[in-house]
Amino acid sequence: MAGFFDSSRPLRIIQVIQIYASRSFPINGTGHGLIEALRLIFTGDAALLEIVSLSLRVSGIALLFSTLIGVPLGAALGLGRFVGRKLIVAFMYTGMGFPPVVIGLIVYLLLSRSGPLGSLNSPVVPTLFTPGAMVIAQSIIAFPLVAGFTMAAVMGVDAGLRQQVRALGATTWQTTLTVLAEARVGVIVSIIAGFGGIISEVGAVMLVGGNIDGRTRVLTTAIVLETRQGNFDLALALGAILLAITFIINVAMLRMQGKTLDE
Amino acid sequence: MNDDQPFCYRVQNLTKAYGSRQVLQLDALDIRPGEIFALVGPSGSGKSTLLRLLNFLEPPTSGAITFQDATVDAGRPAPLALRRRVTTVAQRPILLNRSVWANVQFGLQLRGSRDREGTVAAALAEVGLAHLARQAARTLSGGEAQRVALARAMVIAPDVLLLDEPTANLDPYNVGVIEETVRRLNRQRAMTVVLVTHNVFQARRLAHRIGLLLDGRLIEIAATEDFFANPQDPRTGAFVRGEMVY
Ligand SMILES: Nc1ncnc2c1ncn2[C@@H]1O[C@H](COP(=O)(O)OP(=O)(O)O)[C@@H](O)[C@H]1O
Ligand SMILES: [Mg+2]
Repeated sequence: MAGFFDSSRPLRIIQVIQIYASRSFPINGTGHGLIEALRLIFTGDAALLEIVSLSLRVSGIALLFSTLIGVPLGAALGLGRFVGRKLIVAFMYTGMGFPPVVIGLIVYLLLSRSGPLGSLNSPVVPTLFTPGAMVIAQSIIAFPLVAGFTMAAVMGVDAGLRQQVRALGATTWQTTLTVLAEARVGVIVSIIAGFGGIISEVGAVMLVGGNIDGRTRVLTTAIVLETRQGNFDLALALGAILLAITFIINVAMLRMQGKTLDE
Repeated sequence: MNDDQPFCYRVQNLTKAYGSRQVLQLDALDIRPGEIFALVGPSGSGKSTLLRLLNFLEPPTSGAITFQDATVDAGRPAPLALRRRVTTVAQRPILLNRSVWANVQFGLQLRGSRDREGTVAAALAEVGLAHLARQAARTLSGGEAQRVALARAMVIAPDVLLLDEPTANLDPYNVGVIEETVRRLNRQRAMTVVLVTHNVFQARRLAHRIGLLLDGRLIEIAATEDFFANPQDPRTGAFVRGEMVY
């Protein structure tokens, strides 16, 4: 983990760009730019790999946290009857549609040096402009999605199943796990949806990560920067990779949802 | 089985209410070890509710249920160990979306035990479905699914098997297989059976004793022969002859 949060990058994107620029490659995008983008991807360009790898690591870890919180929360909301349930569901639905950039802003304010968390100077609170801060923002964006879809999946399981499972001798805990296992396809869809929501998100990671070259630059923020700077080949290469990742996510999701319909 | 006790269940002054609505009121009911006790009565009379109480899925509102050597009082959930000596096969066979084998093995899995003696295969063979072990449960027909549900129940070797209209909506062949299996479990393994049915003919075919439940109250309990030939309550006669309007 420590290595992940403060690894130093051997090759900076700007350097890469400079090298390519000095070889008088066209940088204004058309035709050549696309070929160059493909070349960057298929030669395994180091700077590109760094960005892709950081994106996957930040969103992957955020997804892990979101799953650890979202799946139990969704199961509790879908199966339990307790005081405050409706209120939590209302908050969760709000969270599912909350603008990520606003979450970024809130996390920014919380983590900034004078903020309530940043001022604690605690070793467990990540500082702004680190991958850790980005993980926090993305976790907050993704967990309502995971919880919401999990709740829906769990509520879709035959109501008589819990009773039957208990009649066969299941404890409350075993009953919950059995219902989650019955809703497994929907639970997987919830996790994929959470990942889709954060890998392609730009506003929050820009705010709390700061898009620092070699430290907090991810696919989305790099695309913004490279496009602004006119480095269209790199921006295109990054865009193509992001597109490929989201495409894979969507195909996976559709396949899983199709599976729900089959079953 | 506890042979020195005259009852398997002893229900005393039991009531069950949902909200302000009382759905069961039983003064006394003994279910004897090793018998097949049929509970008949029109729809809505409280038969399924009584089975849920006997399976310790819900506590009674008042009164007590003594089961073997333990007594479960009103308002308190029964200990897990007690609940695990009983199981229910319901009208609708709610199978897990897994293989037939995994479904039958499920009760063992819950108890943290493994299928060492081939109990799963034996149970499937007993309901005539050994050849479907590897099939996905969702592909079964209604009758096959119900037989799997019965196999799933017998694998855990319960002291009591509760059956809630297990053959409603099934074709005669599957009804025959299920009735024959229940009879065998009762005779060969001395399993106590409580059979809820609205089919008096099924009660007559299987049960040693029959109780009639009307509006949450037991109207009459009698040995099967007497229940049909010599009913004490006119409503029993009416129910048996199919004259009861409900
Ligand atoms: N969980 C419940 N909440 C409220 N009412 C219930 C509940 N379960 C059963 N009842 C009511 O109790 C009565 C008896 O139901 P039930 O035991 O299912 O009858 P039966 O199995 O004989 O058809 C019915 O009127 C039913 O509406
Ligand atoms: Mg019923």
